[in-house]
Amino acid sequence: MSPAETRPLVEIKDIRKSFGPLEVLKGISMDVAQGDVVAIIGRSGSGKSTLLRTINGLETFDSGSISVDGTPVIGGEKELKALRRKVGMVFQQFNLFPHLTAAENVALAPKVVLGAGAKEQAETAREMLEKVGLGDKLGNYPSQLSGGQQQRVAIARALAMHPKVLLCDEITSALDPELVNEVLRVVETLAKDGMTLILVTHEMRFARDVGSKLVFMHHGKVHEEGDPKTLFAKPGTPELAQFVGSIG
Amino acid sequence: MADFSFWVIFSNLLLAARWTVLLSLIAFISGGLVGVVLLFLRTSGVKALAWFVRIYVEVFQGTPLLMQLFLLFFGVALFGIELSPWAAAALALTLWTSAFLVEIWRGCVESVPKGQWEASSSLALNYVEQMRYVILPQALRIAVAPTVGFSVQVIKGTALASIIGFVEVTKAGTMLNNATFRPFLVYSLVALIYFALCFPLSMLAKKLEGRLNVAR
Ligand SMILES: Nc1ncnc2c1ncn2[C@@H]1O[C@H](COP(=O)(O)OP(=O)(O)OP(=O)(O)O)[C@@H](O)[C@H]1O
Ligand SMILES: [Mg+2]
Repeated sequence: MSPAETRPLVEIKDIRKSFGPLEVLKGISMDVAQGDVVAIIGRSGSGKSTLLRTINGLETFDSGSISVDGTPVIGGEKELKALRRKVGMVFQQFNLFPHLTAAENVALAPKVVLGAGAKEQAETAREMLEKVGLGDKLGNYPSQLSGGQQQRVAIARALAMHPKVLLCDEITSALDPELVNEVLRVVETLAKDGMTLILVTHEMRFARDVGSKLVFMHHGKVHEEGDPKTLFAKPGTPELAQFVGSIG
Repeated sequence: MADFSFWVIFSNLLLAARWTVLLSLIAFISGGLVGVVLLFLRTSGVKALAWFVRIYVEVFQGTPLLMQLFLLFFGVALFGIELSPWAAAALALTLWTSAFLVEIWRGCVESVPKGQWEASSSLALNYVEQMRYVILPQALRIAVAPTVGFSVQVIKGTALASIIGFVEVTKAGTMLNNATFRPFLVYSLVALIYFALCFPLSMLAKKLEGRLNVAR
């Protein structure tokens, strides 16, 4: 077996990160294996987003190391580009490109980064949008779509680059409650298809039912981690118990 | 006789106005091109480049256009470089225009939400690709109205080229006044020609601005 096969897909080693005097990540280590569905939970300000954003280089870190599929996360433009081809990200606020249609949103990175031709772009857009149940919305602009549909386009857009791992930062938090499920169902399907996912979420039931691993962050540290069902049923620390209790 | 000299004056002014229009176009187009380059440097996130543009902008916005013209026309002559009034005017106006356009456009680029940068970064687009495919198309919509509005300043700015002897409409007016001694008529016509050039542009800028506000 080559080392690449035995190593975890995402390796996070002792990451530290401060914003000015405020230390937000205080030595975080985490391994994510191929096919894992990691749910990160924790109170507001505990550093969940910051951690997630270090994985694709949107946020720098002060010490420690991260590698994804053997590609180290380091600053240079070329290295970041290589990294980001392997790591997809979906945001709370969708961040679709408003001047492009759903299909163009999905096809942009394949076109610009991978040099896909017109035919290939159209095929990718159709395939990815069908995957998220929006095969009939190819020509719609983001403003012509509901929040749930926009978020599904954003997922399709990330999938179009065939990432090894998909990062999701509270992707249902900006949605009206009745639109949350359509997005979660898409994510669940991805998980079932074997996609490696790292999700920051407030959807506790989803974390328990779909997650293969739960990470509870507290004050910039991984306070507790393990099997979601076990941890939700029997938190090992009073902080997690309190957090789970407060969320309900 | 009075009518005759009116038409002589008017037709000569119109002929000279061609040079005002041409100089404006050159200043605006080449100023725009330089402005785009400066915009990329300014928003690249590379500190040294951004600083260079900041200083450039401060210098050209913080000194009178007339001084810039004098420096180019008389100043470079000291180094043995002969610039025609035409070249000096075109060059000075280009630099001056670019310093204003880059600031207008930077504002438009910065009004594009940060999430657009983050989303396109995450898709592995590099800086130039992000600008080209994601940021500029959105910034452009906002930029059209103030850019058209600024073109009026460029047209009025060309009047200063008369001082270094470039014969555009203002210089032609001065010469015609010296020949006819009818300052009121001559300068009224000069003003009218500027107005006829500028007014449609400011109206257009207002209309574009209005349309953008409705679209929001
Ligand atoms: N760019 C920044 N500059 C300064 N401080 C920041 C920045 N980004 C985040 N922080 C701070 O870092 C801490 C952790 O922020 P982070 O967004 O990672 O928390 P979070 O766990 O995602 O919270 P939430 O559940 O509210 O999204 C917070 O105190 C936040 O104010
Ligand atoms: Mg967050």
